[in-house]
Amino acid sequence: MSEKKFMIQNFEQVEASNLLPRVREMFEGGYRLGQACATKQADGNIFVLYSFDKDHVLYNLKVNVPSNLELQSITDDYWPAFIYENEMHDLFGITFKHLALDYQGKFFKVSTPTPWNPQN
Amino acid sequence: MGKRTIIPFGPQHPVLPEPVHLDLVMEDEKVVDVIPSIGYIHRGLEKLVEKKEYTEMVYVIERICGICSFGHGWGASAVIEGALGIEAPARAQYLRTIWHELSRVHSHLLWLGLLADGFGFDSLFMHCWRIREHVLDLFEKTTGGRVIFSVCKVGGVRKDIDAMTLKEIVDTLNSLKPEIEEVAEVFRKDASCRNRMVGVGTLSYDDAVALGAVGPVARGSGVVQDMRLTGAGVYDELGFEPIIETAGDCQARTEVRIREVFQSIELIEKAVAMIPDGPIEVPAKGNVENEFIMRMEQPRGEAFYYAKGAGSKFLERMRVRTPTNQNIPALVHMLKGCDLADVPILVLTIDPCISCTER
Repeated sequence: MSEKKFMIQNFEQVEASNLLPRVREMFEGGYRLGQACATKQADGNIFVLYSFDKDHVLYNLKVNVPSNLELQSITDDYWPAFIYENEMHDLFGITFKHLALDYQGKFFKVSTPTPWNPQN
Repeated sequence: MGKRTIIPFGPQHPVLPEPVHLDLVMEDEKVVDVIPSIGYIHRGLEKLVEKKEYTEMVYVIERICGICSFGHGWGASAVIEGALGIEAPARAQYLRTIWHELSRVHSHLLWLGLLADGFGFDSLFMHCWRIREHVLDLFEKTTGGRVIFSVCKVGGVRKDIDAMTLKEIVDTLNSLKPEIEEVAEVFRKDASCRNRMVGVGTLSYDDAVALGAVGPVARGSGVVQDMRLTGAGVYDELGFEPIIETAGDCQARTEVRIREVFQSIELIEKAVAMIPDGPIEVPAKGNVENEFIMRMEQPRGEAFYYAKGAGSKFLERMRVRTPTNQNIPALVHMLKGCDLADVPILVLTIDPCISCTER
């Protein structure tokens, strides 16, 4: 089982200030963006997980979201990330600066605004 | 530059069984830009981790979609198994693979029917769905369900399939092959199909990679990407190789799915011949402490599952990213430059599942 590719679980903690350079390195290394999602932890803090794929192996970057809930958008390098960043904005209240396609909170129609936002 | 007009497409449209909206920016009959909108039916299923234990979350996740429900159930079970550090027994892995490939057969036949319906070929649509009905019968016979099966559980599967029924599955699928071949030839050769698909909505290899396309959309553009190569299930033992087409147009995406129907039948036949005896589940005990990522190749492409435990029966996070999420940017790119009349067919060729996307 250990030889199987899905068993390779690469997680790297990245500082928010170092996110864009690391994402640029992934882009230049030929990685495909697999997904991005946010997680609210028991202590109320949020981290964002960016998953990149190359040759069927995932590499994941984890970034703790600052208390002002602002992160830089990665859409400069990975334009398709607009889907995930708008989703995180609408569900978690995270603001992504310089987002290439910003739906301004109208991506998801949710009855409770930003339901996962720890500041709710 | 001619005068630009915005034409709203959806959220209610004859080719869309589920709501997605596209703002089509037109110059005469040509689409020059597209702005997609989803979110009409967001269900917040992921948030149920706060109320459902990890074993119950499998039921929730498989209800994300009525077409690829088995794959979602498998993905949810497998990602929790990974976080718990347990592995389903070999027989369970074979059974999961058989049900998953049956799901692919029924999903692709359903999609072929929808495509035929999309360009007004209703008799072809009915034949595709008539054939698919036999696959649903096999689901009913082996799981008790035709849409939601609930046979996957953390640690294995709930039901076994006896040797006689396994043989019946193979016999049924083999008896369907000539009929599938017959409808496949219509998609491949009939002018009313080819005229709508050949050279339409071409996605180059480079664009497919850059836009992160998945599933038959990526493989139709020559990208060798299939999560069945990651080692889940028993695909390694079955000698699985992904099906690739290179033209990148609607016909290529259709051809990938047609060939995958026959490939799935072959995989099921091999799995039935090789399935070992033995237990079908291992106990899933304890709390989830770790995080784990699992990816499954659903009929529409790569689905992503992330589970993070916090030392209790409740997960801190269960994330599901479905294939349509990932194919929307590719769709936007493909639509630019196409004729308005081609938009419905182009939308269909990513096999959109908004129910999956909204979760």
